Order: sequence, then C-alpha cells, then structure tokens
Amino acid sequence: MKGIPGIAALAALAAMLPLAAQADVAGDIQQQCAGCHALSHDYATQGIAERAERKAPPLDYAGNKFQRDWLVAWLQAPARIRPAGMFAPRLAVTGPDGDVVDADALPAHPALPAAQAEAMADYLMTLKPFDALIEAESYEPGSIALRMGKMNFGKFKGCDGCHQDEPGTGGVSGPELYTAWARLQPSFISSYIANPVAWDPHTMMPVGDANADAVAKLANYLKAIGEK
Amino acid sequence: MKKILLVSALLAMAGVAQAADHGEQLYETYCMQCHGVQGHGNGVNAAHMSVQPRDHTDTKEMAARTDDELFKVIQQGGKAINKSVLMPMWGGNLSDDDIHALVAHLRQLCCGKD
Ligand code: HEC
Ligand code: HEC
Ligand code: HEC
Repeated sequence: MKGIPGIAALAALAAMLPLAAQADVAGDIQQQCAGCHALSHDYATQGIAERAERKAPPLDYAGNKFQRDWLVAWLQAPARIRPAGMFAPRLAVTGPDGDVVDADALPAHPALPAAQAEAMADYLMTLKPFDALIEAESYEPGSIALRMGKMNFGKFKGCDGCHQDEPGTGGVSGPELYTAWARLQPSFISSYIANPVAWDPHTMMPVGDANADAVAKLANYLKAIGEK
Repeated sequence: MKKILLVSALLAMAGVAQAADHGEQLYETYCMQCHGVQGHGNGVNAAHMSVQPRDHTDTKEMAARTDDELFKVIQQGGKAINKSVLMPMWGGNLSDDDIHALVAHLRQLCCGKD
C-alpha cells in the first residue's frame, strides 16, 4: 500500500520529464539560434526596413512549414538554400557582369550533433501559429509531366526569375526549390504560392494571380523535380 | 506667423523626405533583386533571366512612360502591358500609396526629380 503513492509520484515525475527536456531545448534554441532567427513574429507592426535587416529566416512557424525528417538531416549537414544569402541587395557587389553575390563568402550555417538536431527538430515542429492557413488548404498532391511543369514554372508564371528548379538554373534571390518537396509540407507550399503575404507581410515574393488549380500545378512540379 | 510658416514648411519637407525614403526602401526590398542595386537592370537575378529587366536610369526610355503607366506595370505586372511575365505584379504586396512612392523613386532614378 505504502509503495503505491511512491509509484504514482514516480509516474508523475516521468510524465513531467519530456516537458522539462523540452524546456531545456527551448532554452538552447533561444541561446544558440535566436541571435539570428526570429522566434516570434511581429513583422506586421514594423516598417518595411525590417526585411533588409533579417539575419536569418523566421523559425516561429517552423511546425507549419518544414518536414521533420528534412530538419533533422539539414541541421546536421546544412547546405545552402538561398544562393544569394538572406538579402541580395545588401550582399551584392556590382561589377562588369552586374550584381553578383559571392556565395563562397557567405558564412556556413552551424551544424548540430545528431541528438541535438533531433531534439531541436522535435521542438521546432511544435511551433504552429499558422494552423488556420494550413487548414484552409485543399491541395492534393498529384503529378505533372516535367516538361509541362517546367514551362509553367518558367515561361508562364516567371517563378524562375527568382528561384532555381535545378542547381545552377534560375534566379538566386529566392530559396532554391529543387529540394522544396523534401523540405516543406505540401500544404505550406500551396499556401505560400497562393498568398506569401499571409505568411510574411514583407516577403520579397510577389503575390501572383494563380487560382487553386494553377497553384496545384506549380506545387506538383516541385513534387516532380523533388522525386526525380 | 513667419515662424509658423517656417515650421510647417519644414514639416512638409520632412514629409516629402519620408516618402522618398519609403520609396527607396521599397525599391531596395522588392525591385533591386532584378533591377539592380543601382537600378541599371542588372540585379542578382538578371543573369538568369531570358528577358532583361528595364534599366531604370535610362532617361529616354523612362521619360517615355507616364506616371500612370508606371503605376500600372508595378501593380499589375509586365503581363498587363503585353511585356514579360518576368516583371511581377506587386498589387498584392503593396498599397496604392506604396506604389506612388515607388513611381516617385523611379522618377528620381531616371530623371533626377522627386
Ligand atoms: C549566425 C546566424 C545563425 C545562427 C546562429 C543560426 N542560424 Fe539557422 N540560418 C541562418 C541563415 C542565414 C539561414 C539561411 C541559410 C540558407 O538559406 O542557406 C538559416 C537557415 C536555417 C534553417 C532553414 C530555414 C528556412 O526557412 O529555410 C533552419 C531550420 C535553421 N536555420 C535552424 C537553426 C537552428 C535550430 C539554429 C540554432 C541551433 C540556427 N539555425 C542558428 C543563420 C543562423
Ligand atoms: C521576385 C522574386 C520571386 C518570384 C518571381 C517568385 N518568388 Fe517564390 N520566393 C521568393 C523569395 C525571396 C522567397 C523567400 C521569402 C523571402 O525571403 O522574403 C520565396 C519563397 C517561396 C517559397 C517558400 C520556400 C521556402 O523555403 O521558404 C515557395 C514554395 C515559392 N517561393 C514558390 C514560388 C513559385 C511557385 C513562384 C512562381 C509562381 C514564385 N515563388 C515566384 C521570391 C520570388
Ligand atoms: C523578377 C524580376 C523583377 C522584379 C523583382 C521586378 N522587376 Fe520590373 N521588370 C522586370 C523585367 C524582366 C522587365 C522587362 C519586361 C519587358 O521588357 O518585357 C521589367 C520592367 C519594368 C518596368 C518597365 C516597364 C515598361 O514600361 O517597359 C518598370 C517600370 C519596372 N519593371 C518596375 C519595377 C519595380 C518598381 C519593381 C519593384 C516593385 C520591379 N520592377 C521588380 C523584372 C523584374
């Protein structure tokens, strides 16, 4: 009889452990990541000048954006996503060939040991302030012929002005999109293409006029190149 | 009376300067990625594009467009004036006031006026 409260106390303690561990991870992220990454989101109350000053992409809605497996792998072996860095106009040097960003001069991202990458990914995946945007999506992944998809992405919609759909092909001011399917949740992809301003009032990406069908075609192209 | 006039003149000037700053900041954030840090049409994306962005410092070309025409192409994109889709539409990102500030900035770039 006496042992039971003890066991109950132990069980209660065990139940609290993950919470305590998470609080630690939150603290670690605050300490190691917040110097560059926004962990809360109040861009709308700031002026546009804020965008040029960002040192890194916001992480406060990571759980609505990323694929957990990608996060775990990337945090251990980060590869460049934005070929011209966070804000090309400030990083570019104007020369005879126009503005150029020296990608080799951009600082490498800190890499984490596996256990920490797992723990931080798990914590980041709990950050979901934009559930409503994701729930509003009706996108069902489908297929599109690569040739048709590429024409649509380039010639018809002009996405290739700012995004690469394969290494070295396409504009450099936006994140590369040839790993987008592995990196991002399908509903994030469709929602961001349809209305990037809903995610970030100061996004450098234009709000286009693509309807749901056209958005699905573009998202399906990112799927097709991601699975190629 | 004189003082008041002076103060309001200063305030009006500050307002104009602020609008000019705003136009410049918008231009830096949204336009330089293609049109270039100096507006010459050779931003970081230009080398990867099949149609080259307009040189906004080209006085002759830019003077041939009215403010309304500039407003329209910024708001609705190249498509709306039978030009390349590579010039995006910005009406979903920017307010009318923002676009007016950009037109004013373009006038400064091309022709040295506010
Ligand atoms: C010195 C500044 C700096 C620090 C510190 C830093 N990051 Fe980053 N982080 C960046 C930059 C810059 C990028 C964009 C990299 C790119 O596009 O190639 C980035 C990208 C990322 C991305 C991808 C985001 C996206 O939207 O594409 C994740 C996830 C990430 N960082 C997580 C972390 C975590 C977790 C930490 C803390 C352990 C951390 N970062 C610490 C600067 C930093
Ligand atoms: C004028 C440049 C530009 C154009 C044109 C553009 N984008 Fe973007 N896009 C960006 C930038 C820049 C970002 C990242 C947000 C930021 O840094 O402000 C982005 C983000 C994205 C993202 C999220 C990627 C991530 O990892 O965060 C997707 C998906 C995307 N764009 C798809 C598209 C598609 C599809 C098109 C064509 C309809 C397109 N974009 C047109 C500049 C552009
Ligand atoms: C994705 C690259 C890109 C971005 C970003 C971009 N432009 Fe353009 N812009 C172009 C291209 C390409 C052309 C040339 C279109 C043509 O000649 O068919 C152009 C042409 C123009 C023209 C000339 C239109 C005409 O009458 O010939 C103006 C004005 C202009 N852009 C203003 C802007 C402003 C202001 C911004 C920022 C809000 C901006 N652009 C952002 C690519 C871009």
